Amino acid sequence: MGSTAYIARRLLYGVILLVGVLVLNFFLIHAAPGDPAQTIAGAMGGATAKMLAEIRTSYGLDKPLLTQLAIYLEHVAHGDLGTSYYFNQRVIGLIAARVGPTVLLVLAAQVFAITVGVAMGVFAARKPSGPLSAFIAVLSTIGYAAPVFWTGIMLIILFASIWPIFPVDGMTSARFAGGYFAYIGDVLYHLVLPAFTLAIIFLAQYSRLSRASMIDVLGADYVRTARAKGVSETKVVFKHALRNAVLPIITVAGIQFGNLISGALLVESVFNWPGMGRLAFDSVLRRDYPTLLGILFFAALMVIIANLLTDLSYRFADPRIRTGGR
Amino acid sequence: MSMADATANSHAVEGARPLRDALIAYRRNKPALLGMLLLSAIIAFVIYGTFFFKGDPYEIVWAPQTPPGTDAAVPLGTDYLGRDIMRGLLKGGGPTLAVGAAAAIITLVIGISLGGIAGFFGGWIDDLLMRVTEFFQVLPALLFAMVVITLFSPSTLTTAIAIGVVLWPQTARLTRAEFLKIRELEYVTAARSIGARNGRIMWKVILPNALPPLVVSATLTVGVAILFQAGLSFLGLDDPNTMSWGLMIGTNRQYILDAWWPVTFPGIAIFLTVFAVSLVGDGLNDAFNPKLRGR
Repeated sequence: MGSTAYIARRLLYGVILLVGVLVLNFFLIHAAPGDPAQTIAGAMGGATAKMLAEIRTSYGLDKPLLTQLAIYLEHVAHGDLGTSYYFNQRVIGLIAARVGPTVLLVLAAQVFAITVGVAMGVFAARKPSGPLSAFIAVLSTIGYAAPVFWTGIMLIILFASIWPIFPVDGMTSARFAGGYFAYIGDVLYHLVLPAFTLAIIFLAQYSRLSRASMIDVLGADYVRTARAKGVSETKVVFKHALRNAVLPIITVAGIQFGNLISGALLVESVFNWPGMGRLAFDSVLRRDYPTLLGILFFAALMVIIANLLTDLSYRFADPRIRTGGR
Repeated sequence: MSMADATANSHAVEGARPLRDALIAYRRNKPALLGMLLLSAIIAFVIYGTFFFKGDPYEIVWAPQTPPGTDAAVPLGTDYLGRDIMRGLLKGGGPTLAVGAAAAIITLVIGISLGGIAGFFGGWIDDLLMRVTEFFQVLPALLFAMVVITLFSPSTLTTAIAIGVVLWPQTARLTRAEFLKIRELEYVTAARSIGARNGRIMWKVILPNALPPLVVSATLTVGVAILFQAGLSFLGLDDPNTMSWGLMIGTNRQYILDAWWPVTFPGIAIFLTVFAVSLVGDGLNDAFNPKLRGR
C-alpha cells in the first residue's frame, strides 16, 4: 500500500474514533442520573429555568434519542462543545487557551524521557551487570511504584525550602518583566520540575526497555559481522545497533501517550500548571460537565494525533515497513 | 473422564508439576520473597487498623502540625488540623487496598471475558472487540475515570467501578493473545473431538492454561489500581468521608512547606504497597516462566 493511501486510511480511522468519543460523551450525559438539560448546564453552574429551556430547544431534548445524538454531533461539527455556565464562556475557547501548556508539558516530558532513557539504556547495555544497570532497576521501581503527584510534592519540598533553585508554582513568574525571549526563558525555567516529575515514570520504562532491546541487538549476527569487519565500537553501537534497538521504544512511546496525559492531569494540579489538567480539576469541583466532556474529547484528539505520528515515524525509522506492504 | 483429568494426566505422563515447580522457583527468588513478606506485613497492618483499631482518624488529638517523634501518643506527628497521622495510616489503608483489589477484579472480569471471546472466535467478532478495545485505549484513563465519577457521584463503589472500566483493555489484549495461541494446541482439538461445547472449551480448557500470564498481569493491575485510587482521592474525587492514603496527601498538600510529614508518610505507605505488589508480580512472572529461571 502506498504511503498516501495508508495515511488517508489512518486519518479516516482517527475521525471514526473521534466520533466514537462524541457518541460516548452523549450517552454519558444521558446515563448520568438526573435531567440531561441540567447535566449539560452543569449542576453547580446556577442555570436558571430560562437557560434550561434554551438548552432543551437547542439540543432538541424532547425529540427521540437518535435525533438528539444527530443534533449533538451537528453542534460539535460547528465547533460548539457547549457553554460553561461556571466560567460563562464557550467550552471550545476555554480549552483552546489551555491546550498549549499541556502539550508543552507532555512533549517536554516525553522528549526528556526518551532521550535520557535511551542514552541510559544504551550505556547500561554495554555492561549488563554494571552500576548503571542497577541504577536503572532502582529508578524503574520508583517510577512504577511512587504516585506521580507525591513525587511532585516531594520535589516541591526539596526545591522550595531546602534547595531553592527551581520555581515550583505556575508557568510564569508573578512579577515578570522582559522581552519575548526572556518570557520563553521564564516559561522553560518553570517547566523544569513539572516536566521532570512527569518524565520519571516513563524514563524508568524507556531505559529498562532500551537496555533490554540493546542487549538483544548487540548479540545479533549483523552486529558481530560489523565488528568483524573492523567497524569502530562507537559506530557499531550508535549506528548499527541503536537504530534497531530504538524501534520498540517508538512503539511503547506511542502507546504511552494516553498515560502521559493522565499523569499530566496530576502533575498540573501539583505544580499549578495552567493546562487542561488544572481546568479538568476545576470543572470537577464545579460539576462543570460541558467543560469536562470537552476536555475528554480534546484529550482523545491529542492521543489520536500522537498515535498517527507514532505510526508515521515508525514507517520512517523502519524501512522494511515502507517497502514490504503494510 | 473430564478434560481437567485429561490435562492432569498428560502432565503426569511427562512428570511435570508446573505449580510445584513454580512454587519452588518462587521460594528461591529473594526479591519475590521480600515482596511477599512486605505485602503480608502491610495487609496485617491494614487489617488491624480496619477491624481492631478503634481510634477515629478525623478526631483532633494534639496540637496542629506536631512533628513526628514529639510524643509517643502521636508517633508520626499530626496534620494541619491536629489529627493523628498514624491513625490516618491505620484507617486509610482499608479503602485504598479494597478499591485496588475490587477494581482489579472488575478489570479481570471485563478483560478476560472480552479478550477470551475475541481470541477464541476470531474473525469479525475479534475485529469488532479489538476496535472497541482500541477505542477505550484512546481515552486517557485517569481523565475518563474522573468523568465517570463526577457524573455518577463519588463513592467508594463508583471509584472501584470507574477504575475497572478504564483499566481493562490491557487485560483483554493479553487474554486474546493467549487464547489465540492456545486454541490451536492439540488438547483443544482433542476436547473438541469428544464434543465439548465452546463455553466449556473456553473457560474449562483454555482459561486454566492461560492463567499464569493472567495472574501476573492481575497482580500488576492491583498495583496500578491502587495508584489510580490514590490519585483520584488526592484530587478529591473519592468519598470525602472515607479516610484513605491519597486523601491524606490531598488534604495536606496546601501546607507542605510548613510540615513535610503529613504528606510524606501516606506517600511512603502507597509506594511500599505498590512496590511489594510489583515484586510479587515479577516473582510470579519468573516462577511461571521456566525460561527465565536460574538467570
